[in-house]
Amino acid sequence: MTDPSGGTQISQPPTRFQQVVDVVFRRLCHGFAWLSVLLVAFIVLKIATAAAPALRQQGLGFLTGTTWDPNTGQFGILPEIWGTVFTSCLALMIGTAFGVAAAIFLSEGFLAQFVFRTLKVAGLEFHPFFGKLPDQVQAFLKNLIELLAAIPSVVYGLWGLFVIIPLIRPMCNWLNLKLGWVPFFGTTLTGPGVLPAVIVLSIMILPTITAISRDALVSVPAKLRMAAYGMGATRWETILAVILPTAARGIVGAVILAFGRALGETMALAMLVGNANRISLSLFSPANSLAALLANNFPEAAKKDVAVLMYAALVLLAITLFVNIIGSVILERASSGLEGRR
Amino acid sequence: MNDMTINQHSVQAPSAGDINPFAGVDFSELEKSLRRPRTLIDLLMSGLVAAMTLLALIPLFSVVWMLVWHGGQRLTLSIFTQLPPAPLEEGGGFGNAILGTLVMVALAALISIPFGILSAVFLAETGPQSRLASAVRFAAKVLTGFPSILAGVFAYGTLVLLMGGYSAIAGAVALFILMLPTIVLTAEDAIRMVPAKMREAAIGMGATTTQTVWMVLLPTALPGILTGVMLAVARAAGETAPLLFTALFSNYWLFGGGQVDLEQPTASLAVLIYNFAGMPFENQVSLAWVAALVLVSLVLVTNLIGQAFSRRQIHE
Repeated sequence: MTDPSGGTQISQPPTRFQQVVDVVFRRLCHGFAWLSVLLVAFIVLKIATAAAPALRQQGLGFLTGTTWDPNTGQFGILPEIWGTVFTSCLALMIGTAFGVAAAIFLSEGFLAQFVFRTLKVAGLEFHPFFGKLPDQVQAFLKNLIELLAAIPSVVYGLWGLFVIIPLIRPMCNWLNLKLGWVPFFGTTLTGPGVLPAVIVLSIMILPTITAISRDALVSVPAKLRMAAYGMGATRWETILAVILPTAARGIVGAVILAFGRALGETMALAMLVGNANRISLSLFSPANSLAALLANNFPEAAKKDVAVLMYAALVLLAITLFVNIIGSVILERASSGLEGRR
Repeated sequence: MNDMTINQHSVQAPSAGDINPFAGVDFSELEKSLRRPRTLIDLLMSGLVAAMTLLALIPLFSVVWMLVWHGGQRLTLSIFTQLPPAPLEEGGGFGNAILGTLVMVALAALISIPFGILSAVFLAETGPQSRLASAVRFAAKVLTGFPSILAGVFAYGTLVLLMGGYSAIAGAVALFILMLPTIVLTAEDAIRMVPAKMREAAIGMGATTTQTVWMVLLPTALPGILTGVMLAVARAAGETAPLLFTALFSNYWLFGGGQVDLEQPTASLAVLIYNFAGMPFENQVSLAWVAALVLVSLVLVTNLIGQAFSRRQIHE
């Protein structure tokens, strides 16, 4: 077969047929690439055109109206916008605190070091099997955090309904009794409400924050860390003064992307927020969100109300698109910025 | 040098020829002591971060525990074969919902896998530097952060209104939109990770781009691509919002007149959980827990398969 003097050769120029196949396949890939761009454009356009009649009829008053009544044709989504932003901001605060803490814990090798020291007591730290344990335990913990993201949101909703609400209700009502004059504790928690939704929402965005922040923390150049240690800084002086500021852009990007996630999350809110058309500062009062409004009203929408719902969908699309693009841009700059300094 | 902690009393005038470099250094001062605020803060912060990480994991254990506790009690074979019960009816199952979820996810995968992989081939191989490539990447990123309910709104606006009713096809299209970005971005990464020397060897042998892609790049990148596909399938299987008003729900099997009918409302596990969780009947609520157990097992197994594939990916 490899006889060079004649017969078949290993390498040969492509035949005419192969050249045609090549061109066709490349065109095909090109075509699908175009299609995926057009798909996004088509989605945005479709929602916008479907919303156009309501946009013309309702105008900007739609954004500031506070009643939603299909019978009288009065539609306003201010309470929904308020509920969406309020729950997302609160969830972001909790999720950021815990998510960044977990990212630091995972990236700075606390656990691996702990396991290593424990092994050292037994004299096993370089054992062929146990010696790998510190890294394995660390990786296992990282996978556990990522599993939080794998659980479907409707399951979190179910869990929130039957575990979180009964769990926090006595505490919330006690707070309302003692500190009812504080606007945040202004009402009692009778069932679904803002706080249960916020708790579940923060659990759902935590893996996003942890995963992206961890990437940012890990990609901080090792020499910065070593320089700080060499100056005699303690571990936390290094983390707070050197590592976190260096990774700040990546962490901010993570938080913004998580914010986008929280704004668009549907099921946890539809099940836990209470679906009440109400603007209130109270953490225990039921509220509503844009996504939950869509989830609840679309299935039984009359044909003439579809345009109004499409308008609400367009508002949600605009908000999340805006937040997501800002987050992506910040993340892109964060990674290129670090590369430049290395 | 002035900042160095030197015990004044122990400083002695250095005599010629007998210079002790450590003279005057109090070594106990240099040791880690919990009495110093900075070491104490260090330890406290470490403890705080460890505690917060563990606290963040409690929901995971709680969810799994509740699923096994509530769902495990009623998990029998009949669950998989029977239809959802009417209110106040005893027993029942959700076989049609499992079937519906599988059919819709499979249908969505059938569209999104070729679509995604061919786009990824374009991104990684046939036109990586082009303007179109950055547009595709941007589109994929936009879709990654796309609220899932808007995929449902889109499918409703195009297919449900067009076909005049809720259908499995509309549900599958909504899921396809959510699966696409994951597949495109992971497949692009996987193809890029194929060692450059393999690609160059193929080109050096005179292979066309198509031959390089089909005989070298795709087989080598297959584990990575499958990881992405599995992640996308797992995500789609758990999605509820895009199915709520595209596939709706159904109490019956997905068969019409002896064959599979994709143009009728279709049950899915996720929507069943949502519907039954809000009902005031104990039977339905407990079925919701069983369905959640089945759904989470399905999603986790798919995820684990994906992770198993990712370990076999060849890196440069």
